[in-house]
Amino acid sequence: MNKKILSAVVGVAAVAGMGATVASAATLDDVKAKGFVQCGVSTGLAGFSAPNDAGDWSGLDVDLCRGVAAAVFGDAKAVKYSPLSAKERFTALQSGEIDLLSRNTTWTMSRDTQLGLNFAGVNYYDGQGFMVRKSLGVNSALQLSGASVCVQTGTTTELNLTDYFKANDMTYNPVVFEKLEEVNAAYDSNRCDVYTTDQSGLYSIRLGLSAPDEHMVLPEVISKEPLGPAVRQGDDQWFSIVKWVHYAMINAEEMGITSANVDEMLNSTDPNVMRVLGKEGTFGEAIGVSNDWAYQVIKQVGNYGEVFERNVGASTPLAIDRGVNALWSKGGLQYAPPLR
Amino acid sequence: MAHQKGVSTDADDSGRVSLMNDPKARGLIFQGLLIIAVVAMVYMGISNAVNNLARAGIASGFGFFNVRAGFDIGQTIIPYTNDSTYLRAFFVGLLNTLVVAVIGIFFATIIGFIVGLARLSKNYLVQKFATVYVETLRNIPLLLQLLFWYKAVLSILPSPREAARETGVEVAFSINNRGLYLPRVVPEDGSSLILYALILAIAAWFFIGRWAKKRQMATGQQFPVFLTGLALVLVLPLLAFLVTGMPLSLEYASLQGFNMVGGWIIQPEFIALLLGLALYTASFIAEIVRAGILAVSHGQTEAAFALGLRPNLTSRLVIVPQAMRVIIPPLTSQFLNLTKNSSLAVAIGYPDLVSVFGGTVLNQTGQAVEVISITMLVYLALSLLTSAFMNWFNSSVALVER
Ligand SMILES: N[C@@H](CCC(=O)N[C@@H](CS)C(=O)NCC(=O)O)C(=O)O
Repeated sequence: MNKKILSAVVGVAAVAGMGATVASAATLDDVKAKGFVQCGVSTGLAGFSAPNDAGDWSGLDVDLCRGVAAAVFGDAKAVKYSPLSAKERFTALQSGEIDLLSRNTTWTMSRDTQLGLNFAGVNYYDGQGFMVRKSLGVNSALQLSGASVCVQTGTTTELNLTDYFKANDMTYNPVVFEKLEEVNAAYDSNRCDVYTTDQSGLYSIRLGLSAPDEHMVLPEVISKEPLGPAVRQGDDQWFSIVKWVHYAMINAEEMGITSANVDEMLNSTDPNVMRVLGKEGTFGEAIGVSNDWAYQVIKQVGNYGEVFERNVGASTPLAIDRGVNALWSKGGLQYAPPLR
Repeated sequence: MAHQKGVSTDADDSGRVSLMNDPKARGLIFQGLLIIAVVAMVYMGISNAVNNLARAGIASGFGFFNVRAGFDIGQTIIPYTNDSTYLRAFFVGLLNTLVVAVIGIFFATIIGFIVGLARLSKNYLVQKFATVYVETLRNIPLLLQLLFWYKAVLSILPSPREAARETGVEVAFSINNRGLYLPRVVPEDGSSLILYALILAIAAWFFIGRWAKKRQMATGQQFPVFLTGLALVLVLPLLAFLVTGMPLSLEYASLQGFNMVGGWIIQPEFIALLLGLALYTASFIAEIVRAGILAVSHGQTEAAFALGLRPNLTSRLVIVPQAMRVIIPPLTSQFLNLTKNSSLAVAIGYPDLVSVFGGTVLNQTGQAVEVISITMLVYLALSLLTSAFMNWFNSSVALVER
């Protein structure tokens, strides 16, 4: 039997056998005992979570893992990464193999309510798109009837694709793979006319194709894909930590606190800034970490804007516009409840 | 039995005996306890899983089977749309697995026998070629071979637009990186007679075979069963076809937009998977066949020759039946291996059971425990069925010892 089944079986056995420990144990205690956060990421999606030649991971999703580690240990490097395919990710979280899933995962109702997960926020607002070869001469998704479409299994993508073609009375031939690299290879070798997934993913995948310039992403966005970190249900403390690490990064951007000026900001007398940096109140203690948790996150990882620019922004090969991911105060959707 | 009775009567000398000292009763008690323990463990496992799933907030149960699937599948042997249920998606995946397994077993057996015989050939080239075949294919992991075939199939073939020069022109045959396109036979009214004619011909072949055997036993006269049967199978349906006014038509593929449309399409994933499975398994079968034939001692051949049997009849009546005894049991495990290995299909995008059910359905429903259990049961059942069939076949070809 293949390895995938085996790992699924192990996962299932884990859920069946040790569910009791899984559901009730305090993840924070486990994490502290281990000395690191085990973070589930993608198998390699540049800008979101990808390893470099030295095996160091970076990306928007990876920075969330690092943020959590900074908050818990004061050390953003205290993370171990588990690369997961779309299909493996939920079992890995349910069975306790990982503490946190930060892997371009769409927050949907069924995942939130039937898989025993909680989504701790949205660190990237996305939508599903289509990529085609320029040579096909197509400029709208509505011209795609009859096409072969490459897609990865276990994604929301698979279902949106069906709905979109059905709603527009078009036909298509799905070619479904389990591993990202297999989908990429199949599309690259022209097995499919179309590659569909989250638009962010398309931009990132295009960079890895043999001739990126020969491909284009079509303008249509056919779904809402709010991507965010997820944790297991039943552990509110850990849920709060992940949620507030994300919020702290957004609040920091809003207040103009960056990794470069955070030490200066320690002298600030603005009560908002003082609360974020742990100069006032015991917000850290309340979630089981030290009071300078947000300071560590900002110092070692940066605020949301910095993280965005560093990983996917204009200066990177992906060159993604802030767009809907701008702060609410700048016309975007990123909004964090106040840290008070 | 006798021995056990003896023991208990011996013990009876001293009056009553404890049940524990009666081997028969003891055996029964322990077996009973074992069964109870197994049942209890299974029950505990299941109820533990159900409880833990509920506590972890994970949905469980089999209700999902009746829910609309909402996704499409690339190759469907039975009618299926995204409005069908998960249950139907399960059957689509299962049938895709079965199709590739059965056709794979067919080709693996044929290639395996040919290569196995070639390894025993006296012709140097043939024999070396067979050896190289066996040694390479047997020693490279199957997954790599599958990926190789898939890449090979895809990279050699042109795109449909390159393959078909003009849009809308019907072609009888096209091979491109979207698949192999052949004409499809479309049955029209009255065509069922052709099918009946075919069934009739096959039945007739079977009975003629039995009759001929009986006659040969009784009189020694032979009858050309194979040629007669073949003629029947060809002529009867043809007659039916002509008599009913040729109610079959052919549908051809033509390029429309991105792809060829119409005709009968065999997808590249299927071709690659079939190639990989058949060629890989054939290398093992070849060794089994070679071993089986070598296991029949040379004296048998000499004895047959001494009796005046021609070489052809010698192999058919003396060598092969004896070799089969050695070949069939390990052949069965190769068939099982091929079927189970077909689950590697998921790596090259062929929608088999593991990909459709253990992949998409598992993920869309989130019910890993149920889906994985069912998938394992299906493979178990397939293996047991294959074994049962091969055991039956084995006993039917086994030498009858007189
Ligand atoms: N957001 C969608 C799709 C996420 C997804 O898995 N996308 C693919 C294609 S961009 C991916 O990231 N794969 C990475 C991997 O398998 O390692 C979901 O949550 O279902």
